[in-house]
Amino acid sequence: MSTSAGMALTRRQAAWAEAILLPVGAIVASLLLFGLFVAAAGAPPRTVYYQMYRGAFGTWFSLQNTLTRAAPLMLTALCTAIPARLGLIVIGGEGALVAGGLAAAATSMLVPASASPLAAQVAMLLAGFAAGGLWIGLCTGLRALRGVNETISSLLLTYLAVALFNHMVEGPLRDPASLNKPSTPPIGEARMLGHLPGMDVHWGLAFGVVACVLAWVLMDRTTFGFQARMVGGNLRAALLAGLPVRRLLVIAGVLGGGCAGVAGMAEVGAVHGTANASLMAGYGYSGILVAFLARQHALAIVPVALLLGGISASGGLLQRQVGLPDAAVNVLQGILFVVILASESLRGRLAAWRARTSAAPAVTSTAEEVV
Amino acid sequence: MRNFLARASVSSLLAVVLALAGSACAKDRARAEASESVAAPPASGVVPTTAPLVIGFIYVGPKGDYGYNQAHAEGAAAVARLPGVKVIEEESVPETVAVQKTMESMATLDGAKLIFPTSFGYFDPHILKMAEKLPGVTFLHCGGLYQEGKHPGNVGSYFGYIDEAQYVAGIVAGLTSKTGKLGFIAAKPIPQVLRNINAFTLGARSVNAKVTTTVVFTGDWSLPVKEAEAANSLIDQGIDVLTMHVDSPKVIVETAERRGVFVSGYHANQAALAPKGYLTGAEWNWAKIYSDYVEHVRAGTPYPHLLRGGLKDGFVKLSPYGPAVTTETQKQADAARAAFMDGSFVLFKGPIKDNTGKVVIPAGTSLAQTDISLEKMSYLVEGVVGKIP
Repeated sequence: MSTSAGMALTRRQAAWAEAILLPVGAIVASLLLFGLFVAAAGAPPRTVYYQMYRGAFGTWFSLQNTLTRAAPLMLTALCTAIPARLGLIVIGGEGALVAGGLAAAATSMLVPASASPLAAQVAMLLAGFAAGGLWIGLCTGLRALRGVNETISSLLLTYLAVALFNHMVEGPLRDPASLNKPSTPPIGEARMLGHLPGMDVHWGLAFGVVACVLAWVLMDRTTFGFQARMVGGNLRAALLAGLPVRRLLVIAGVLGGGCAGVAGMAEVGAVHGTANASLMAGYGYSGILVAFLARQHALAIVPVALLLGGISASGGLLQRQVGLPDAAVNVLQGILFVVILASESLRGRLAAWRARTSAAPAVTSTAEEVV
Repeated sequence: MRNFLARASVSSLLAVVLALAGSACAKDRARAEASESVAAPPASGVVPTTAPLVIGFIYVGPKGDYGYNQAHAEGAAAVARLPGVKVIEEESVPETVAVQKTMESMATLDGAKLIFPTSFGYFDPHILKMAEKLPGVTFLHCGGLYQEGKHPGNVGSYFGYIDEAQYVAGIVAGLTSKTGKLGFIAAKPIPQVLRNINAFTLGARSVNAKVTTTVVFTGDWSLPVKEAEAANSLIDQGIDVLTMHVDSPKVIVETAERRGVFVSGYHANQAALAPKGYLTGAEWNWAKIYSDYVEHVRAGTPYPHLLRGGLKDGFVKLSPYGPAVTTETQKQADAARAAFMDGSFVLFKGPIKDNTGKVVIPAGTSLAQTDISLEKMSYLVEGVVGKIP
């Protein structure tokens, strides 16, 4: 008895050690590789590290910069991460963001000026969520009902969303005063979302963090989440167990797309004040990266989005102070992506090694199963 | 278990980066700062008694794009040659909150006192917001959007009448074309682009009334694949001179050269990409404008908040003629340029019909470049094949 309790503790310790060592090691390795890369490009690595720290976290301004850039990534990452728990690979977050932004701007046009700003903002938020949810819900719905591959359909629907967006912004919804940059009529200062108290970071960050926490509760702490994960774990088992698989797929698509739609709404409501082509800045695509780095885990999205937000915030200083091209930060992102995912292949090795050195080989397989 | 591990592992990511970067820099800080101050050179042998004026340039795309951004980067390079200034640059900054952060970062981390955010879409809301937040910094924007009384006092906006250069380039194209068919690859049907298409066509038809310009709208500022497709399809239709209004003309110029047709450039000089077929091009001349502005800001003298000009004022210029341009053609183009330079020529002068036959500028009406109706142009002139989508 005491032996097995001791073993469990050891396994847990090993798992904890691994949980810290793997990502730390991956990031250290990535930074070292990036150091080699910048050295090859003729820049001193230590200066590069210093400027990256300074640009991403080194001052209060830098930290707010990072938080601001992370905000939309949290929401668009959920667009990939929530359906991923059901085994779906959705890469159409950009389309949902664009649809959400357009719906929010159009809703603001419909809400009469006499309405209270809060009511208008709530209407815009709901419209953004609904439009994004519709967009991805369509993809997962087609998957559920007709077996259409959701990866392809979500990608293609992004092109459709962009074309529809351009048509509406340059046509029916265009503000006649926007001559050389077609835009919808401004939503007006009163309806802008503004900043979080005491910070120069807009409300999109709060939306992102709250959405990640809610998604975590939903996917990891509720019956719905259990059912969803069961679908992702073994579709046939889920069907045999009588789970409403189709409904689960559609709901997951709507929730994920809705989050990306809210990101579009926050861009319109907090940054641009109007919907125009500047909305398409690639947040939807960066969200895919964040979701995969976070291994589709809703809470892990928050720190990963901060990491990528920090990298993008530091990119400016690398250009201005070190003279690296703008692609340098993309190189770092690429290295991080590959190394972190590759480090996953080491998971379970530590527990296995411990087990081998301290106990019977039977434990090894148990540890691997658990992990 | 898997979820539990995932949570634990990734929550440590940020902490690790912080710790890592922090320890790396603490040691490095003094050295980095020392090297920064050494890096600021006393230019032209003049040792400035005070710290140099830090000037930031922000581009929406790569600064070596042979186009819009390169034209601005050439202006920045000219500024960097002035004594007592330090130029910092950041490229590929999207028109989102990212550009607000770049401006603020230049001001707070680099100490920039003058910032040139060069993309049209940076103005509203990004520059306006930052100008209010950072009253000690001057923002000069490319686009000519400043309105007295409405916009902050530390903001200026400038733009050039590049349609004048397009008119002259149109004369060269019209005289050089053998088929009489010209092609124009354009991004979006906004007034600024329509002015260029119409000016190019008016120039070509002023020397050969039979010339037509076939226009293709790609739908966005930088779509290299669509631009190459458009170039090939226009050439297949018998068009033998191409020009464009997109952010980077690179792929169109290269396609034209490879297919053996002539090409007229835009934004910057692309002659290096088409040594045989490059005729001329409508270029910006930001070096002069930027140097003038810097002198104003440094001396603390009032600068024009809204500044616009054409060939005469040195805002725009033409690329040197390529080898395919005959002496006779050069003579006619030079004459048109001279007429712009002495102010005796008005580009948009009635009667001008659109390509559906409707009179858009009646006979006897001359629209000066400053005329507000040109800012709202919504037609293609007679001789343009195509329509506004």
